[in-house]
Amino acid sequence: MERKEELLQDVVIKFAGDSGDGMQLTGQQFTNNTAMLGIDLATFPDFPAEIRAPIGTLPGVSGFQLHFSSDKVFTPGDIADVLVAMNAAALKVNLKAIKPGGKIIVNTEGFDAKNLRLANYPESVNPLEDGSLDSYELIRIDVTKLTREALKDFPELGNKERDRAKNMFVLGYIYWMYNRSLSNTIDFLQEKFGKKPSILDSNIKVLQAGYNYGDTTETFTTRYKVEKAKMVPGTYRSIMGNQALSLGLIAVGEKSGLEIFLGAYPITPASDILHELSKYKNFGIKTFQAEDEIAAIASAIGASYGGSLGVTATSGPGMALKTEAMGLAVMFEIPLLIINIQRGGPSTGLPTKTEQSDLMQAYYGRNGECPMPVLASSTPSDCFDAVYEAARISIQHMTPVVLLSDGYIANGAEPWKFPTQADLPPITVNFKKGLAEDEPKFQPYRRDEKLARSWAIPGTPGLEHRIGGLEKQDVTGNINYEPENHQHMVNIRQAKVDKIADHIPLQKIDSGPEKGKVLVIGWGSTYGAIKSAALQLQAEGHAVSHAHIRYLRPFPRNLGDMMKNFDHVLVPEINKGQLVKILRDQYLVDAKPYNKVMGVPITKGELVDVIKKML
Amino acid sequence: MSETATTPSAPLLTAKDFATDQEVRWCPGCGDYSILAQVQKVMPSIGIPKENIVIISGIGCSSRFPYYMNTYGMHSIHGRATAVASGLKAARPELSVWIVTGDGDGLSIGGNHTIHLLRRNFDVNVLLFNNQIYGLTKGQYSPTSEENKITKSTPFGSIDHPFNPLALAMGADATFVARSMDRDPKHLQAMLTRSYQHKGSSFLEIYQNCNIFNDGAFEIFTEKSTKPEETLFLEQGKPLIFGATQNKGIKFDGMKPVVVELGNGVSADDLWIHDDRDFYKAQTLVRMFDDPAKSGDHFPRPFGVFYETDRPCYEDGMSMQIEEAIATKGKGNLDKLLRGKEVWEILG
Repeated sequence: MERKEELLQDVVIKFAGDSGDGMQLTGQQFTNNTAMLGIDLATFPDFPAEIRAPIGTLPGVSGFQLHFSSDKVFTPGDIADVLVAMNAAALKVNLKAIKPGGKIIVNTEGFDAKNLRLANYPESVNPLEDGSLDSYELIRIDVTKLTREALKDFPELGNKERDRAKNMFVLGYIYWMYNRSLSNTIDFLQEKFGKKPSILDSNIKVLQAGYNYGDTTETFTTRYKVEKAKMVPGTYRSIMGNQALSLGLIAVGEKSGLEIFLGAYPITPASDILHELSKYKNFGIKTFQAEDEIAAIASAIGASYGGSLGVTATSGPGMALKTEAMGLAVMFEIPLLIINIQRGGPSTGLPTKTEQSDLMQAYYGRNGECPMPVLASSTPSDCFDAVYEAARISIQHMTPVVLLSDGYIANGAEPWKFPTQADLPPITVNFKKGLAEDEPKFQPYRRDEKLARSWAIPGTPGLEHRIGGLEKQDVTGNINYEPENHQHMVNIRQAKVDKIADHIPLQKIDSGPEKGKVLVIGWGSTYGAIKSAALQLQAEGHAVSHAHIRYLRPFPRNLGDMMKNFDHVLVPEINKGQLVKILRDQYLVDAKPYNKVMGVPITKGELVDVIKKML
Repeated sequence: MSETATTPSAPLLTAKDFATDQEVRWCPGCGDYSILAQVQKVMPSIGIPKENIVIISGIGCSSRFPYYMNTYGMHSIHGRATAVASGLKAARPELSVWIVTGDGDGLSIGGNHTIHLLRRNFDVNVLLFNNQIYGLTKGQYSPTSEENKITKSTPFGSIDHPFNPLALAMGADATFVARSMDRDPKHLQAMLTRSYQHKGSSFLEIYQNCNIFNDGAFEIFTEKSTKPEETLFLEQGKPLIFGATQNKGIKFDGMKPVVVELGNGVSADDLWIHDDRDFYKAQTLVRMFDDPAKSGDHFPRPFGVFYETDRPCYEDGMSMQIEEAIATKGKGNLDKLLRGKEVWEILG
């Protein structure tokens, strides 16, 4: 049979298997390989909360979706062209998200009687045999048998250890299918298993066996190739959201000269920030795994008081516990970053699934009138810029700041045209060094034109002072319970946050005309889906625009006027309608919500349908 | 010794230099006044410039303390002073950090942070004002109140078993455990100095009389008529002797401490010799006077340093790891970090 090579523009591939099948690693490796070729991409890892749910069951399925294209990519894709299913449960969970006519590559051994039963298929029903997959291109490979066979020269390995290399067979096969080189994965294996020669050799052997299997069998008559994307020229790397956030914090430290102190308590999906930052001790980064969420933020407040940038990273339930301390930081008027990598809620909710349901918590979730700036990152690489901006605002305006990310961007990856140190804007820090001429006694709550007070850190002679959570007199900082003073302080704390609007960029239209029919306003991780939907509708000739808000509190000054230029405003969110309520409240605008709270991202397809109904 | 260096050229300060212009608002007769006075007296003698001293408190009557000390100070939130202090000390190891807390603040709402501070052994000083009552909220029982205590929230008597703060500190592997009282200024000053001198977390329990809601809780230890019989002042290398005429002592009967009369063949040589470096004796010492009424023997209450040991401090370990990382990897290079391991070029 003649082989031909077909050029594809756009591919969505999903690797799915049992939690122990190594699908995340397989996906990551294929992602790195793709990125190195200059192909644009976005990923979506999707895994269970349980470390190892019972093997073979539906709750145990772990998936990794990758969208790559020679065109710009903004989302990991609504629906997959190719599904790799390592067992019956993986097929069952993912079948509804495969394109009709798409390819399904199955490990046949994962469809034996036991696996079918665990996947809740009825007695004697096997989807590989009953014709139910006729509308797809089904490729059966006995991965387990072929892997064991490839490792027959490794007598020191038992079957259990041999089977662990199954994912390498699949990866090798997919590399063949997309005409790729194995070299980056071989490098990776060498780095990971360099000290364990038999594990290293067996993995490489199986990887090559998978590749050769594609080459020598005739399962495919076509190999596929995706060309480089037309991206902005420059040097790129691949980056995940939590990683970008961590690098952003290190950059803040380097540019501001402040020591970075992270106080954190492990929580999914924020823990990777603690893991990542704890590696960089040679940057002087201090990480403190506290005894609980409250101690995590309290220690960060202590560090900020001492002249470091205190940071705490958590997820929704953790931010709930930090609430009182966030209020203290508002009273102290000191820099502090509270990073919330949102997940499905309420309570423990869906720890490994994504959601945007903590916006109200960030905005209003504290006792008293307790205003605090709120920012959100919108893509994995945007986490770098967003945390840099959050830190700048926190330091220059002497206020705690909330940065919202979510599980989807935290674990997702994309190419990043990374900046150099010189590209980054400066962050100046002015610790108060001594008394001003007209200041016989230090006045800790005297304010500058931004209404920010000065940062006077212990160790500075002559500036000894006391601060606390009790209401205080403006300027002097003395405890004060007078009615007029409280009103004044409530107003000034609000005014200080409102004034930040003078020091942030105006809201831009991301795509589409300045005036039109529908303005779609989003925040956070819905960026890719909204952008893709807007671009499609614009290409079809519709007056649809997209604006994505990074600065959620205070809003950019022009946001209200921007909305007036459109007949309709649509606000898609992965919650029950939180930003839309705030927009309606602040601008009296008839913004319409579009909401989905299923623990998964909003897709481009559903947005296109919703927007079309408004045209 | 604490690392904080003295400044030789600094003028000698007095207690007055540590007072603020703020009106002290504790109830007249409160034991806190004496503690404040002793802290203000001790501060000049330890020789640290006052800008390098930070006093951090939580919430409660005792936690108003920082407002009255002319140093850096923070009145934080309920129970969290220990956690705030941990972060400050980690960030600024050279500062002298003092935590002022109470039995409710430090042992109830903030109990978790207290034990973790102690096990990590930050070089800070914890002053736990124990008055066995919630004063600021006007008279509910606290985690150190005795059983069956009648209070506003326990009109039929408390059914909680109380904490023994020093046993708790020992259980959390505190490296310095001591007790003093508001009514014995000299002893309190000595204990404050010892707390400061200890490198590591110093846990000093101070009996403090709340004359409004729990007046006389420690009267038998403070009144002249009962103090000699009811208290035992621990001194390093000295036998455990007490009594109006120094006529009684503590000795061991096997593992069990017993009270003995001196004379009739019993001499000071037979008694328990105090050694604050002896972990096992300290365990007994903090435990054996829990409830004299129940134990049968009537023991005096010990005051002084129960235990002291040396263990590396958290902040030093943290700084050391950073220094080692810089020594082995070199100071971090941001451009190299941002670039990562694998990059590719997109040409125009």
